[in-house]
Amino acid sequence: MSKKTRSMSQAKKTANFFSYLVLIVLSVIWLVPIVWVILTSFRAETGTYTPYFFPKGYTLDNYKKLFTDTNQFYFAKWFANTFIVAVCSCLISTFYVLATSYVMSRLRFKMRKPLMNVALILGMFPGFMSMIAVYYILKGIGLTQSLVALVLVYSGGAGLGFYVAKGFFDTVPKAIDEAAWIDGATKWQVFTKLTIPLSKSIIVYTVLTSFMGPWLDYIFVSVIMGDNYDKYTVALGLFKMLEREFITQWFTRYAAGSVLVSIPIAALFICMQKYYVEGATGGAVKG
Amino acid sequence: MNKNSKIKSENVFKFIGRAFKEGDILTKLSFFIMGLSNLVRGQIIKGLIFLSMELGFIFYMVMAGVAGLSGLQNLGTKTQEQVVLSEPPYMKIVPGDNSMLMLLYGVVALFIIVAFFIAWKANVKAAFEAQKIKEKGGKLPSFIDDIKAHFDAKLHKSLLFFPMTGVLLFTVLPLVFMILIAFTNFDNAHQPPGNLFTWVGLANFKTVLFSGQTISKTFWPVFGWTIVWAIFATGLNYIFGMLLAMLINRKGVKFKGLWRTIFVLSIAVPQFVSLLIMKNMLADKGPINGMLESAGLISSYIPFLTQTMWARVTVLVVNLWIGVPYTMLITTGVLMNIPEDIYESAKIDGASPIAMFVKITLPYVLFVTGPYLIQQFIGNINNFNVIFLLSGGGPSSLDYYQAGKTDLLVTWLYKLTVNRKDYSFAATIGILVFVLSAVVSLIAYRRTSAYKSEEDFQ
Repeated sequence: MSKKTRSMSQAKKTANFFSYLVLIVLSVIWLVPIVWVILTSFRAETGTYTPYFFPKGYTLDNYKKLFTDTNQFYFAKWFANTFIVAVCSCLISTFYVLATSYVMSRLRFKMRKPLMNVALILGMFPGFMSMIAVYYILKGIGLTQSLVALVLVYSGGAGLGFYVAKGFFDTVPKAIDEAAWIDGATKWQVFTKLTIPLSKSIIVYTVLTSFMGPWLDYIFVSVIMGDNYDKYTVALGLFKMLEREFITQWFTRYAAGSVLVSIPIAALFICMQKYYVEGATGGAVKG
Repeated sequence: MNKNSKIKSENVFKFIGRAFKEGDILTKLSFFIMGLSNLVRGQIIKGLIFLSMELGFIFYMVMAGVAGLSGLQNLGTKTQEQVVLSEPPYMKIVPGDNSMLMLLYGVVALFIIVAFFIAWKANVKAAFEAQKIKEKGGKLPSFIDDIKAHFDAKLHKSLLFFPMTGVLLFTVLPLVFMILIAFTNFDNAHQPPGNLFTWVGLANFKTVLFSGQTISKTFWPVFGWTIVWAIFATGLNYIFGMLLAMLINRKGVKFKGLWRTIFVLSIAVPQFVSLLIMKNMLADKGPINGMLESAGLISSYIPFLTQTMWARVTVLVVNLWIGVPYTMLITTGVLMNIPEDIYESAKIDGASPIAMFVKITLPYVLFVTGPYLIQQFIGNINNFNVIFLLSGGGPSSLDYYQAGKTDLLVTWLYKLTVNRKDYSFAATIGILVFVLSAVVSLIAYRRTSAYKSEEDFQ
């Protein structure tokens, strides 16, 4: 009997050993690119890539130059641009998303189902298809190459992304609303005084996702801004640094800029991963 | 007690017919002079709003709308011309029609007409309601009452107004415009203002699908690779993500949070950073080849992204790096929800770990995450970032029209739009991608058991 338990625990130990081994190997694979970009951002040798992993010399120059060498690229300005656009479009989209999802979840009216189906269908067209048309429309109202245009593009269609928040509102008991109606509250009061305070987590999720959008997009902004470097956002600016004529001089600075952008974005994402899971599975997972 | 329960099921045209039949003279006149019934019956502001809408509409139609609509017919006939002058600057460009703007104005005109019809219907309804209330001897709601109603019984209208306007302007209008472009010859050779383009019916679809020209010889292989990519990318990510989640969930493994965070980091870093870095690491003379070479493992570089087969495998493998953590996040919770005693009794019955995975874990997780899997599949059909940032669609091929061997339909669409200005073909491909996504999700949703009526959860 004791022999058997010993061999059992022995087998368990080997299994655990292998689990850790696999996890460590995988972690290394997963971390290598991230470590590499951080190392590159401190690399003293310029040029694109080196045939070795660890740099020969370390420096803070790449970070300094990113902010001081403003002949072609103006990183600090891009950062400010992105921040302004992100804040504005985040405010608008959050209102759009919450309003639409509340209506679709709580209020019943004739056009509800048709509108939801239309939203589903619209979502199935590839987003880049209408990119050029959006550009011409913005040009028609004289808004290209401006930050306002970016805010409009990022927040304009936000109303379509109501599914996650709607799923959340669906889980808030309807009885609360009905009780408030009986007490004479208007629907607007129920929305602002009851539902919104109860929905902090989904509001945080909506705010963060819409805040992150402008930091990640480089396609729409490149179509809208063209060659107006002053109005670039960080994503497009960093992308630009890797073009053939700039890459040799700018690659290490690109790495520095990437690190600076990634830190806040990664922090935000790790904070909201829980909501992300709930959103993606429609609340089916209670982890 | 439910305020929502009153939903009219009457259709719009029936209602208008009934309003015309039962309406008095004022209501009937309101069909032509909007807001009249409200104005005469004392709802001054409401009436004036309707009236000004009508005047604005008439003004728009006279000034631009009619021209916009008629422009839709053939998208312009007058080509831009260069005229030789006898004095400097000797050359003058006489502007002709601009098919692109004509199409855009035409679409805008259509949208405004639809919007006006909705306003007109609201006017008929308001006129008819005002009449009914008067007939019953009731008091008409004042303008203040109307505003109050928009925060209560009609809250959906007020809340949806701005989001819907945004969606109409920045999603629906551009989309309608592009869908129409798929039926024109707005390609590289027909660029306004220098040239005109016009309607060609289904010709683009024929060219892309059946013509046997380079473009259809590009479409089918790219389409095939898109499907192969979507199947492998989705399937591999799903299986490996689940295995990783199970590994971290194992009883013996400590620091679960730490392991998860390590893997989540790769999602958290923006893709334009991580993928571009990967691209550089995998370059022919990049660090990975360099290190393999100095370790003596290879004699010449591995063409990770420059040879078709290698490139296709590389994008799939790198996509694992991006996608596995997602599935791990999603399935972790699901796995913990599986009742422990099922495994216990399976163990007693002598089931092997593999049998338990195939017979218990997989079906359970599939059941819960079915819709997520479909979303992932559609997402992978449209997975722009991984391909565009990593391989740029390359290695490019002379057999293809503006595409490379790892290009998906969406990245090809992007290249056609940005590099070649072949808008008509890009739009055609966009529609075909839509059809593909729609068909896949229709078939899949019908078969998933997790797709229940939403009311069940409330």
